[in-house]
Amino acid sequence: MTRNHKLIAQALAVLVAIVVVALAPGYLDLFTVMQLTLFASMAVLSLSLAFIWGFGGILSFGQSAFFGLGGYAYAVAVGNFGDSTPAIVLAILVPALFAGALGYFVFYGRISDVYLGVITLTVTLILFNVVNSTAGNEYTIGSVRLGGFNGIPAIQTFNMPFDPSDILYPEHAWWVTGGLLIVVYLGLRLLIGSTFGRIAIAVRENETRAALLGYDPRLVKLGVFVIGGAIAGLAGALYVNWGAFVGPTIFSLSLSAEIIIWITVGSLGTLVGPILGCVLIQYLVSQIGTQQTFNSNLVLGVILVGFVLLLPKGIVLSIQQAFEHLAYWWGQRKSTLPSSSLDVPAMEGEKG
Amino acid sequence: MSELVPLLQTKNLTMRFGGVVANDDVNFTLGEMELRCLIGPNGAGKSTFFKMLTGQLTPTSGSVTFRTHSIAGHASHEIARLGIGIKTQVPNVFNEISVREHIWLAARRAHATGPRIREAVDEVLERARLTGIADAIVGQLSHGQRQWVEIGTVLAADPELILLDEPAAGMTDDETGRTAEIIREINRTKALIVVEHDMEFIKMIAKKVTIFHQGRILMEDDCAAVLADERVRDIYLGKKVAA
Ligand SMILES: Nc1ncnc2c1ncn2[C@@H]1O[C@H](COP(=O)(O)OP(=O)(O)O)[C@@H](O)[C@H]1O
Ligand SMILES: [Mg+2]
Repeated sequence: MTRNHKLIAQALAVLVAIVVVALAPGYLDLFTVMQLTLFASMAVLSLSLAFIWGFGGILSFGQSAFFGLGGYAYAVAVGNFGDSTPAIVLAILVPALFAGALGYFVFYGRISDVYLGVITLTVTLILFNVVNSTAGNEYTIGSVRLGGFNGIPAIQTFNMPFDPSDILYPEHAWWVTGGLLIVVYLGLRLLIGSTFGRIAIAVRENETRAALLGYDPRLVKLGVFVIGGAIAGLAGALYVNWGAFVGPTIFSLSLSAEIIIWITVGSLGTLVGPILGCVLIQYLVSQIGTQQTFNSNLVLGVILVGFVLLLPKGIVLSIQQAFEHLAYWWGQRKSTLPSSSLDVPAMEGEKG
Repeated sequence: MSELVPLLQTKNLTMRFGGVVANDDVNFTLGEMELRCLIGPNGAGKSTFFKMLTGQLTPTSGSVTFRTHSIAGHASHEIARLGIGIKTQVPNVFNEISVREHIWLAARRAHATGPRIREAVDEVLERARLTGIADAIVGQLSHGQRQWVEIGTVLAADPELILLDEPAAGMTDDETGRTAEIIREINRTKALIVVEHDMEFIKMIAKKVTIFHQGRILMEDDCAAVLADERVRDIYLGKKVAA
């Protein structure tokens, strides 16, 4: 596919997504709309790692740490302010700042990529344990009790901006969540095409070369990591809004691992893929949950192994490649001119 | 060319890797707009020297001064911004990125944004003869083509001092000639240090030559004098210089 084809495909996908988000509540029952709201909030989380891993080359094993911080920040803030507007802002800011501090330590401390995985994983475990042990009354922020392993129940959900008396109905919450998923997708698309995004891809490809051209890889990676943390935090707020509850299990390693599976299945290095992978797998897991024959973790494991072995590039890139082969074959049939392999429009650092 | 105000100067520059002394008390001076060839057998310490000049290695001891800046141990990106560019011995490119994007990434630091950068990119593509493969992904190119991409990328950043570590390796005779031509062309306005093994190539470009041997500077003289020197012949015995 050429650049133009790709752009048209992307614009069409966004258009379809907007229509689906707008019309879904009119055609689907409330249960399904709620289900979709959950999937969309998780898809935002998926995008956060898709960006830092796929475009920044940073594999974090603890993306759920930022997700959980966002969720708790929202819960605590909305409980104190009584208005979801500043709470959503804090749900983005708190994890972003945390990612800034953690990222500074990791990237400026010249800690190798392997340890980055270990550190993010450990931080998630620590957060789980810390929050899990806040059961006593003394662990209260403002008027909100953290509640330890019981979590924070009955959290106030989204209201109209700056109007706490106007709480959103589930259909509206779906519009907000689905709409924000589209906004985050578009924002990341623009970011990846911007100067910063192009430099981030260069750093992903070769840090030494980027540095020898005058770019500071540490700063670029820190920027990418913070943006990823902010998006994961937003996803946390959306998730808490969906369930009106947050507990320490939000800082779970299995969720962090699951995001990696979503992205691997959907295609690393794309944005559509991780959304697709997330929704498909979540749907599958929810279906498995209704029967007793198979354990869902087992199925997830089988899916991951299957993809790594059979379709390592994931769904989106595999389809794209098939199209490219088809177009190439079509072009060969139409023209007898031998075309150099270099003339085939190849994929760029920014793929899907 | 002013010998009084050196562009680059190292004093007692030393690099040890455990017991290996890769650079030993190197005192090296390069004038503005000078072209210097650096030769020496494998393991003589040439690449290590370049790595210390570009912040890829922090010297064990000694100093590096670029114009008025003391740069030993500084981060690579800071040194790059001061105006030192390098083509490394092991190709350092962005594999999944197109040729044009490489040139753009390098040029945008040096040039104002807008249409000027487009012009600059096209010009470098033309100069490095990369226009025909500008949209190719660099990971899919041949070794020789990747060398040119890296040279083009270094040119696009428009540095004051260009370091080329074995630029002609893996190139055809024709491409080697083109490399020599470009080096002379760059040298009209910029200073260069070129590491090469190929003596024919050295003869094409060299004015002054510095010989590295076991981490030390063995001698420094005009090309002809160096090639006539017996010690140099000994070091290179059986290599191309004997031919
Ligand atoms: N990172 C390193 N660790 C240990 N030894 C090294 C390292 N880099 C280079 N050396 C050693 O330093 C010496 C000089 O190497 P190098 O600078 O690559 O030589 P040249 O470029 O002249 O062939 C060699 O003996 C090499 O083995
Ligand atoms: Mg070398």
